[in-house]
Amino acid sequence: MNKEPTLVIRLLKGFGMFWWDFLVGDTPELFVGALIIIGVVAGLSEAGHHNAASVVALPLLVVVALALSVHRAQRTARRKGR
Amino acid sequence: MLVATAVSSGVVVLVGAVFLACAVEMVEALTIVLAVGHTRGWRSAFEGTGVALVALTALVAVFGPALIHVPLSVLRLVVGGILLIFGMQWLRKAILRSSGLKAMHDEDEIYRETVAELEAVGTSPNRDRIAFVMAFKGVFLEGLEVVITVLTLGTSAHRLGLAATVAGVAIVLVGIVGVVVARQLSNVPENAMKMGVGVLLVSYGTFWTGEGLKVRWPGNDTMLLVFVALYLLVTWLMIAVLRREPSNVESGVAA
Repeated sequence: MNKEPTLVIRLLKGFGMFWWDFLVGDTPELFVGALIIIGVVAGLSEAGHHNAASVVALPLLVVVALALSVHRAQRTARRKGR
Repeated sequence: MLVATAVSSGVVVLVGAVFLACAVEMVEALTIVLAVGHTRGWRSAFEGTGVALVALTALVAVFGPALIHVPLSVLRLVVGGILLIFGMQWLRKAILRSSGLKAMHDEDEIYRETVAELEAVGTSPNRDRIAFVMAFKGVFLEGLEVVITVLTLGTSAHRLGLAATVAGVAIVLVGIVGVVVARQLSNVPENAMKMGVGVLLVSYGTFWTGEGLKVRWPGNDTMLLVFVALYLLVTWLMIAVLRREPSNVESGVAA
């Protein structure tokens, strides 16, 4: 019995893998961070109608997500350096 | 006057982001194609490159027109989210490299690794399948990132033609420089370019995510320049802080 995946399955798998590597890859914290940012700003802007808070929160949360990710990489580097 | 300023800031950021992103991806793709060509012969390298370009064109032809039919607020939110993630990844990598936490991207090293990999595989008297696949994968994967950048930025800004033209110019320019200097692609200041792209993509990502969530930005498109300045400052601060810690230098991190 032939258990080789078909071309369509392989293409779909490859397509899915590309997007996984592209968006998540080795920085899942940035992917989750972006989802949290969107959730928080959606809550402020669309549900709460707090435009001024959204204007400040969006870039601020981006900076926080980036800083946390860089900090995580720094900790990983330190552990490897030991 | 205000409208002209707003339009030009959006266009400047769009052109800068697309040009730099495409140039960086082209450098990476070209390094692989040159390694394949020099090691296994140019025929398979060009065939792999050609087929990859046809596949990318087909993708653009299929998904490009489809994107135009997506409601603008949904498109901007999705595009904004993708650009935020993608931009933060690039910026993070550039910060880690500049602060010594991650080794600099070395095109010479990639070239050597690709050549070693190809030389380890025996040659075939018929068609060189390995060389073809290597060239195809290199061009297709790097090209896919170019396609995504152009489609997302171009469609959201309603300037797909401009984005495609800028991408074409960047690819041709890097191609000409690459052919002239052959293997000297390591001289391209890739990390600085990557940092620039990261800042621009995160700025656009912030802007479009906000637009998609119905945030009313003060000054409209002009806010993009504020974001560029903010993220440049934050990047500079992060690098400065990380560089002050001597244990960071050349300690290396895989991620």
